[in-house]
Amino acid sequence: MRYMTAETAEAASSALAAEPGLARVLAGGTDLLVQLKAGMIRPDLVVDIKKIPGIREITAENGGWRIGAAVANAELKEHPGVKADWPGVVEGANLIGSTQVQGRCTMAGNLCNGSPAADAVPGLVAADASVTVVGPSGTRVVKVADIPAGPGRTTLAKGEIVTAIHLPAKAARSSDAYLRFIPRTEMDIAVAAAAVSLTLSEDGTITAARVALGAVAPKVVLADASTIIGTKLDDAALAALAKAAEAVCNPIDDKRGTIEFRTSTAGVLARRAAVIAYNRAKGVK
Amino acid sequence: MALDDQKRAFKYVGTTPNRPDGVDKVTGKAQYGADITAPGMLMGAVLRSPHPHARIVSIDTSAAEAMPGVRAVVTGKDFPAVEDQGFADIGETCMARDKVLYDGHPVAAIAATTPAIAKAAIRAIKVEYAPLPHVTDVDEAMLPDAPVVLEGRALEHVPAGMSQNVTNTCEFGHGDLEAGFTKADLILERSFKVGAAHQGYIEPNACMASYAADGRADLYCCTQGHFFVRAVCSALMGMEASQLRVTASEIGGGFGGKTTVFVEPVALMLSKKSGRPVKLVMTRDEVFKATGPTVHASVDCKIGMTKDGRITAGDMTLRYSGGAWPSGTIEMGAQAGFAAYDMPAVRTLGWTALTNRPKEISYRAPGAPQAVYAVESLIDEMCQQLGLDPVETRLKNAARKGTLSSYGVTFDDIGMVATLEAAKAHPHWSAPLGPNQGRGIAAGFWFNFGGNTCVSLNINADGTASVTEGNPDIGGSRASISLMAAEELGIPYDNIRTIVADTASLGYNDNTDGSRVTFAVGLATIKAARAAIKVMCDRAAAMWGIDAEAVEWIDGAAVPAGPNAGKFPPMSLAEIAAMSFQTGGPIAGHHEVNVDGAGVSFGVHICDVEVDPETGHTLVTRYTVAQDAGKAVHPTYVEGQMQGGAVQGIGWALNEEYIYGRDGRLQNAGFLDYRIPVASDLPKIDTVILEIPNPGHPYGVRGVGETPIVPPLAAVTNAVSRAIGKRMYQVPMSPPRIMTTIKGK
Ligand SMILES: Cc1cc2nc3c(=O)[nH]c(=O)nc-3n(C[C@H](O)[C@H](O)[C@H](O)COP(=O)(O)OP(=O)(O)OC[C@H]3O[C@@H](n4cnc5c(N)ncnc54)[C@H](O)[C@@H]3O)c2cc1C
Repeated sequence: MRYMTAETAEAASSALAAEPGLARVLAGGTDLLVQLKAGMIRPDLVVDIKKIPGIREITAENGGWRIGAAVANAELKEHPGVKADWPGVVEGANLIGSTQVQGRCTMAGNLCNGSPAADAVPGLVAADASVTVVGPSGTRVVKVADIPAGPGRTTLAKGEIVTAIHLPAKAARSSDAYLRFIPRTEMDIAVAAAAVSLTLSEDGTITAARVALGAVAPKVVLADASTIIGTKLDDAALAALAKAAEAVCNPIDDKRGTIEFRTSTAGVLARRAAVIAYNRAKGVK
Repeated sequence: MALDDQKRAFKYVGTTPNRPDGVDKVTGKAQYGADITAPGMLMGAVLRSPHPHARIVSIDTSAAEAMPGVRAVVTGKDFPAVEDQGFADIGETCMARDKVLYDGHPVAAIAATTPAIAKAAIRAIKVEYAPLPHVTDVDEAMLPDAPVVLEGRALEHVPAGMSQNVTNTCEFGHGDLEAGFTKADLILERSFKVGAAHQGYIEPNACMASYAADGRADLYCCTQGHFFVRAVCSALMGMEASQLRVTASEIGGGFGGKTTVFVEPVALMLSKKSGRPVKLVMTRDEVFKATGPTVHASVDCKIGMTKDGRITAGDMTLRYSGGAWPSGTIEMGAQAGFAAYDMPAVRTLGWTALTNRPKEISYRAPGAPQAVYAVESLIDEMCQQLGLDPVETRLKNAARKGTLSSYGVTFDDIGMVATLEAAKAHPHWSAPLGPNQGRGIAAGFWFNFGGNTCVSLNINADGTASVTEGNPDIGGSRASISLMAAEELGIPYDNIRTIVADTASLGYNDNTDGSRVTFAVGLATIKAARAAIKVMCDRAAAMWGIDAEAVEWIDGAAVPAGPNAGKFPPMSLAEIAAMSFQTGGPIAGHHEVNVDGAGVSFGVHICDVEVDPETGHTLVTRYTVAQDAGKAVHPTYVEGQMQGGAVQGIGWALNEEYIYGRDGRLQNAGFLDYRIPVASDLPKIDTVILEIPNPGHPYGVRGVGETPIVPPLAAVTNAVSRAIGKRMYQVPMSPPRIMTTIKGK
């Protein structure tokens, strides 16, 4: 196995593209190193991207935020601007692992690892975030929702890397929230998860909303948010949202949960996350 | 034993000095199994079966052997046949012979110059398997047409016509069941299931073996009993016990799981074949797949009760499976099930069956939690139906001194009533509950054990003492043993150092198990100290020129016994020790014994939970343990045992379980999906230590390590069942299972 530290995104990309064997990007390594040690993968080349200029920085951009691909999730938690604008994104990213893991892990790594249960991803999808992808055939900007392709798979081509995540400008009277279900209280993997991002009119009516679900389908899925748009999140709207969430679930039956359990829990979480986001948007603590 | 002894005012026993192994452990200096190295050492790796059940057609190791750096390859063929069936079974768990019997069963091992080469060589071994049908569930394994795991292993008294997987049956009890049930106002019969739990020790099994050309060998390993390791390994290697010296490392948890061997014989054989020391360390995945979890169980329980809560009869059928080899754990379960109660009529019938799972090994109170869970859950359900208080009902039926127990012995002084009274008096029992919360209570019992024990105590010339014992310290026993030696000798705790010696230094010591060490090794230490005191009194008598009988030992000094003996000032241990080279040589005491008189220990646990009615998520919000310790030698260690057992039981009750797929493979061989509780999952575990002296120990000590894992399965179940308003009949109570019950399906 060869290890290299890339100085530029282009250098990383061309090294990855040129490797005939298995090549892997190294960000925080909290997935990659675990997979390596467990013998699940045996890459021929590992390219560390943390030395690429700007890749560990958070910068304001078009009213929103550009988060470098190697920014550790713990840094997001300490960033007042990002936290104020996208509390749901930040809370999802910081449900990952423990304090130690959060000091290393990245949202981009969480996304590119391709787990259907990735905790940072539903929040980004609900936020309608995008990523910048640098590859052998140039640079493109893609929606986060378009990156996952299924368990352990992404739509990134050989040699393509994510260099930044873009969170759009936060609208007035908007907010977001993320909830996951785990049997324990921490250090666990989501059995079902929901992120809700919504915007209110002055009278508290929901004018826009996105609801993304994790761990209930091969990749993150959007639920029909029209169930709550135009409402003030009354009980009927919440019940309709839960139903809409259940309707898009396509989970597996496994050691972590049954199809039935994951489906009903996704509905419950969508409902609860919507209430939290709604209260945040209204400025209610 | 004189009761005076037990009522004496203790000076050191009952205090809580710092643990002697603490500094090394917190500074990282302590040597655990994987920390031992030797010059020229090779690294081992093991190839394991991916099949739950298959015949091994062939193993081709030629490509692996040809790899540079590979120094030895071992398969089942390298081990000689062993006559002793028990040892042979253990040998087969370490290395398969003709068949693989579970997912993870070892089939070959490599020793190489680096771990990477060893792993690569493992991948180069070609094994041809002929897969066989498998069975991983005890109820399915007992069906007449179930795939047969091993043939011809049923004991003679097992009735004919059953599946060959059924290897043992046992029955305990007394009284007229029919008459008992006739007297009942309410009879309930329920079926329960208990998943297999792993001990979850943090230190993976590890050892380092060095086999010399002249046939001597040294083995270092993390174990709960190096004398047993020597017995098994010397048998499996076909060598004399005297030629194998086993040294126990510090141990990062065992809980019963390290009372056997998994890697040690393999490392020895690799070392013998390579002529080099070999280290073998399991990965976590290997620990889960191929070391012993508990039995998994299926239980039918029937109890009759009068309207006012008197139990009139109890009848229980237990079906346990300890994996692919015969297991005796069923007997302990069948004996423990109803042991807490004074039963006019009782029967427990046990069955054990083979399944394609790894060989079960002890886990705290082996066999008891599964049986007691059924009894304590059913009693709670009956209390609910009859509108009775669960503590008062248990008090009404509690076993007392003189009770004929369900397993045949008549109890001496026991603490069942006292622990129930302590629970009843605890503020926890009467605290208010919030919405979606429930409170459960359950009792538990463990026999405790004495066993073979050998201790040497040396008085050093500077007035200090060294205790040499042979039981790996997994729960703080070095501190407790030093405290008892200090008490007896009358010198400070800090002047004593207790070490765990290797197998060449002492006679046989049984494993650190059965909650035996503080009791049995403590007893032998007290007796060894008394032997040394006798020598010191003799020396003082000789120096004073009086009769040896005329000297007593008081407060760490020899004193003339009464005015007639002579008028001499007390001669301290230090003074006698300083003169020892002039008065006859070094002073020592030792004691070797097969200890009897272990005192049973009862515990009562109270548990509060809050259940999310929409997701089944369960949080334990408050937990209290009351238990009889006999005498708490080092009270914070006793608390630690009570809290640790409760936490392990809570984990088992809520999430911990071996999950097998239809393919017979283990689905959750890691701490991600084998969910032990993390700190944030738990409240502070409150403890009440009761001290009802055990008549069988000079200071009244009972074992405390095992009882605390017995009540939690039912305590948590009763709390959850009351919180959701419906009864749960299976542990672990994973959120999906709780939701299924809530939704009434
Ligand atoms: C103890 C522990 C607990 C955990 N708990 C959780 C949890 O609760 N929730 C959860 O979702 N995850 C959890 N994880 C998994 C992991 O921490 C997260 O997925 C994390 O976000 C991965 O980020 P990383 O930077 O460490 O990724 P890495 O391990 O560096 O990379 C992950 C994968 O993505 C690829 N990759 C990384 N960055 C890029 C990039 N910029 N462009 C292209 N490909 C890239 C890598 O090649 C690799 O395949 C846990 C891990 C551990 C060890």
